[in-house]
Amino acid sequence: MFPRIHLKRAFFFRQIRTKTNHIYNNSLQKYYSTSLRLQQVNTTANFSEQQKNQHDTSQEPRTHFGFKSVPESMKETLVGQVFENVATKYDLMNDAMSLGVHRLWKDHTIRTMAPGPGTKLLDVAGGTGDIAMGFLNYCKEIHGDTSAQVKLLDINPKMLEVGKQRFSKTPHHNTSQVTFEVGNAEDLSSIPSNSYDVYTIAFGIRNCTHIDRVLHEAFRVLKPGGRFMCLEFGKVQNPLISSIYNLYSFQIIPVIGQVIASDRDSYQYLVESIRQFPSQEQFAQMIMNSGFTIVGDGWEDLTFGIAALHSGFKL
Amino acid sequence: MLRSTVSLSQVSTNKILLPRNILPFNLYRELNPQRAHYVSSTKARISNLQNVTLAVSSAFTAFFDPERGDMIATLGETTGSIFVSEMRDNMLRDKTGRRILRERPRIHSSTINIPYLRSLPTGTFGKEYTNFLDGQNVTPDTRVKVQYIYDDELAYVMQRYRECHDFFHTLTKLPANVEGELALKWFELAQTGLPMTLLSSIFGPIRLSSKEKERLFKKYVPWALQCGSQCKFLLNVYYEECWNKNIEEMRKELGIYLVD
Repeated sequence: MFPRIHLKRAFFFRQIRTKTNHIYNNSLQKYYSTSLRLQQVNTTANFSEQQKNQHDTSQEPRTHFGFKSVPESMKETLVGQVFENVATKYDLMNDAMSLGVHRLWKDHTIRTMAPGPGTKLLDVAGGTGDIAMGFLNYCKEIHGDTSAQVKLLDINPKMLEVGKQRFSKTPHHNTSQVTFEVGNAEDLSSIPSNSYDVYTIAFGIRNCTHIDRVLHEAFRVLKPGGRFMCLEFGKVQNPLISSIYNLYSFQIIPVIGQVIASDRDSYQYLVESIRQFPSQEQFAQMIMNSGFTIVGDGWEDLTFGIAALHSGFKL
Repeated sequence: MLRSTVSLSQVSTNKILLPRNILPFNLYRELNPQRAHYVSSTKARISNLQNVTLAVSSAFTAFFDPERGDMIATLGETTGSIFVSEMRDNMLRDKTGRRILRERPRIHSSTINIPYLRSLPTGTFGKEYTNFLDGQNVTPDTRVKVQYIYDDELAYVMQRYRECHDFFHTLTKLPANVEGELALKWFELAQTGLPMTLLSSIFGPIRLSSKEKERLFKKYVPWALQCGSQCKFLLNVYYEECWNKNIEEMRKELGIYLVD
């Protein structure tokens, strides 16, 4: 390659880097540089269209979509497209990427929840229904109870479709135990306040544009004494595990995504969105700020901090 | 020299597609943006480790699941860097090849008028092509877009090679079943030398029965290697201008003889 061109690029990118307000982790800088290239002015052939786009969205606040910066109103649409693309292969990809460990995390969530008979669960961003199914199976096996209810809520109709198909193969099909609803976690206006015992959101909250609104709605719909549980990816503290995890996330996972789901970009977004989510401490603080009471630290690290189970109570 | 007519289906949102013969070549692509499909300079590149992993995993996936055309495409892109450059240089050595690289025509149901081609007399290249498409019940839109080649021109060369695959079928009169596809892969190996063609040619026949393998290696492969290495480099043909040509004449001009 030509060293002179590289030098010019290096100066240009240094300018872009100081203007962005991402919080950098030193070991991740090499992964940021590829996506900073994407923030260059897009060389679309139709220049007037590009000018029109810039004018429309220049006043709007921007948020992150993976390592890219997008206008806030666009993030929901982009995330919707990502999940529409991956919906049919979502469960297979989860197993392939986490080597099955995600099932252990979800089982641990249900066991920590320890629901009693007759519990009402609101599973937000439930998608393909792992938590909801685990919850109903737990109540049936441990308590022999069939009065537990779960509402599976997801913003993406395609993911909900896959969830419905999965449930149709279980004995919970067509009972009053499970209901499906399309809805936005930031605005649960169809759900009355103080109506659910437990609220869970598993691997969904990092895709929401406004996390504080999600937490506020969670606080509203829970009964007093209700529990908020959030299973989400976290930051790894151990440097050795962290470097292996980064290598695996950025090099192997997109390749698996291309080979199994024919969609590399969605899984690139997934690993980038994990890095953009606040740390466990910051998120626990956000949970407290929404009015929840937390016990101890408020979270539990799973698999060295790759995932974390956050919990808060509405008193 | 005859030029193909502009069809009404090529009208873009604000302007009509201007025909080639009234524009200087450097303005043609700018004023017809739907023809210049490659802006791959802004795409994030994958690292070498990812490239290798992708090549290996796509090779295995394509072998065990031959329906995954996108995996064969990915294998071609990740392994073919040197050979795609050689293909581009072959195109640069030929006058028509240079014109194709300048104008960058795409083969898509929006850029070629398939109903018009169907109406052409039998024996013409256009009619034979639509016979092939209708017989196999396919359209030219099924080709995967190039993702892992980051040079604009090389990405176009790869995309053109992929889109001309159906034309190779038409010219060599090979059917689109497993046998015909493998024979065509050997033909493309002789023409282009891409590692993807080599791997498909060697590992593809493993899943055939012994009778089919015998027929392939006795009849098709010698023909493919001989015909492929002696005929004209087929990416140097401007197919969009050959619709009205008699196909036997075309085959004679290009040096292609059919399998007996």
